[in-house]
Amino acid sequence: MRGQSHDMVQLLTPDGERVHNEDFEFTGSTEDLVGYLRDMILARRFDAEATALQRHGELGLWTPLIGQEAAQVGSARALRTPDVVFPSYREHAVAMVLGLPYSNLLSMFRGCDGGDWERLETFKNYQIVIGCQALHATGYAMGLQLDGAVGNENPDDNAAVIVYHGDGAASQGDVNEAYVFAASYNAPVVFFCQNNQWAISEPIALQSRIPLFERAKGFGFPGIQVDGNDVLAVKAVSDWALERARNGEGPAFIEAFTYRMGAHTTSDDPTKYRESSDDEEWRGRDPILRLTRYLEKEGAIDDEWLAKVEEDAKVLGAEVRATIPQLKDTTMDRLFETVYAEPTVALEAQRREYAEYAAGEDA
Amino acid sequence: MNESLTMAKALNRGLRRALQADPKVLLAGEDIGKLGGVFRITEGLQAEFGENRVVDSPLAESGIIGTAVGLAMRGYRPVVEIQFDGFVFPGFAQIVTQVAKMNMRTGGRTPMPMVIRIPFGGGIGAVEHHSESPEGYFAHTPGLKVVSPSNANDAYWMIQQAIQSNDPVVFMEPKRRYHVKGTVNFSAKPQPMHQAAIARYGTDATLICYGPMVKTCLDAAAVAEEEGTSLEVVDLRTISPIDWVTLISSVRRTKRAVVVHEAPRTLGIGSEIAARLHEDLFYVMESPVMRVAGYDMPYPPARVEEEYLPSVDRILDVVDQSLAY
Repeated sequence: MRGQSHDMVQLLTPDGERVHNEDFEFTGSTEDLVGYLRDMILARRFDAEATALQRHGELGLWTPLIGQEAAQVGSARALRTPDVVFPSYREHAVAMVLGLPYSNLLSMFRGCDGGDWERLETFKNYQIVIGCQALHATGYAMGLQLDGAVGNENPDDNAAVIVYHGDGAASQGDVNEAYVFAASYNAPVVFFCQNNQWAISEPIALQSRIPLFERAKGFGFPGIQVDGNDVLAVKAVSDWALERARNGEGPAFIEAFTYRMGAHTTSDDPTKYRESSDDEEWRGRDPILRLTRYLEKEGAIDDEWLAKVEEDAKVLGAEVRATIPQLKDTTMDRLFETVYAEPTVALEAQRREYAEYAAGEDA
Repeated sequence: MNESLTMAKALNRGLRRALQADPKVLLAGEDIGKLGGVFRITEGLQAEFGENRVVDSPLAESGIIGTAVGLAMRGYRPVVEIQFDGFVFPGFAQIVTQVAKMNMRTGGRTPMPMVIRIPFGGGIGAVEHHSESPEGYFAHTPGLKVVSPSNANDAYWMIQQAIQSNDPVVFMEPKRRYHVKGTVNFSAKPQPMHQAAIARYGTDATLICYGPMVKTCLDAAAVAEEEGTSLEVVDLRTISPIDWVTLISSVRRTKRAVVVHEAPRTLGIGSEIAARLHEDLFYVMESPVMRVAGYDMPYPPARVEEEYLPSVDRILDVVDQSLAY
């Protein structure tokens, strides 16, 4: 697989076999893994429902995550309470693991609001402009460091930032500037790159001549490639990167080598730009299938368990569909109110102008 | 307590006071630490407040502004310096797509208390990209506030007000006036930041200006007075939001208005002011609002910049046209 390194960290093969790695091991329990599998199955269901809702005209757009469940669940499960996430626009599984109400995600993609989210202290807004959030994350991490929230003796006092970006974003100036700033100030930020091979229709080969993780060295911090479809490996690598950031050892770069099984968004058609043989090959590396095989062999789950999760997924799907009619559109008044934190006379005049016009329309 | 200071020193004193008043205030930018900035506005501040409060940044404008967004999210009040007007554009995307929109995008949950200081405008014989007037881009962007002090007292107070504001403020510093002295009143309560000031009272026409052009307009008014024409000069102080109350009341009295700015004329601040004055005062005015501005060309090489910049003579020529109606 082009771009895949021999050093790529993998702890579970596509066939569901555990493998040993010199530097990384999965420290969680089998019970944890059962929970991760459940996370991944529910995330995939949520994503499928949202995709369907877009097809029914209920959402303006959707950004499918199918194929990237392990990268997201594995990294999200490595986070602790004081850590902060700066997502791009596809981190639905991370949001779910951290407890962001999924109605917030649906509301934004439906166009009800711009991202008036709960849990902003932990999980920041989705970012549409490619790579902008890498700088926000780095600045926030600089702030954590200034606040003395890293390198303390009591580990509970330490925090880190994780920022998600894709392979396409790695070409952006802002992302590269974020690497520079993070290195210069030793900021406690983990750059989590989901290399899903495609930036809409542009293949990774167009973006980079070397595996992305190798770039980190040039910025002066460690980079590592992990099998992004292996939730054990992702969790292990994320634990390592987050822990060193919390300890004050500075930034790290994780390239989760994965694949976007679906479209970039519901607006594009992958059959126009990639070979079906690629899709087939990656289907064999499916993160959910892989963990299911392993846990079945271990006797940790059985058909009954799978049927129960499938039932839970159906319930989730029904909830998601039922949420749509309950979403409230923002109002012009609310928008006028939030353009500025401190209102201006000039904009208040436009607000009155709008109100008078709207009242006339109703009359 | 009064003291005579250059605008540069007044800004330095204002920044110092803001740093003293609030531990969350933090300065960042290229060369602002040991050097004190290329214009020395931050001189001595790193020595006094340390490298964590006055931060030398890598040479990356988007990085400076983008990390300031993160710092603001963390509860800091970053004040970033863009070295020159023409260098703001690598950071432009962060300003217009992130800084300006964050408050509304998050339903008011994430305000952006940030100040972006930009030494701007021409008249100092500089090379390309060092003399531009990009304020129109920012004033056209909802979510930003754009201000420009024209004198030392305003510089001292407005920088502190901008830092205290919970909204992002693009702070346009008229670099060719940095070394003009003025009286700073350290004790009198300053006027609100978004209020225009009548810099000179007059009866025959109103000159509307801000930042570097205030002094030029005051000079023009002095010359006009010798010729028997009484010009009022309104210093906008704030380009966004514009203080329409002060502006309209002045023009209502004088019945004539000339807007003066260095930025290119088409779709500049003057266009908005002219449109609004015509909407509100159509039956009052004796002549159309006229504009004296930079021409619609990239800022010229320094040897011909005086031809490009609004001068006392150009202003008076247009005043004559206005009075001739």
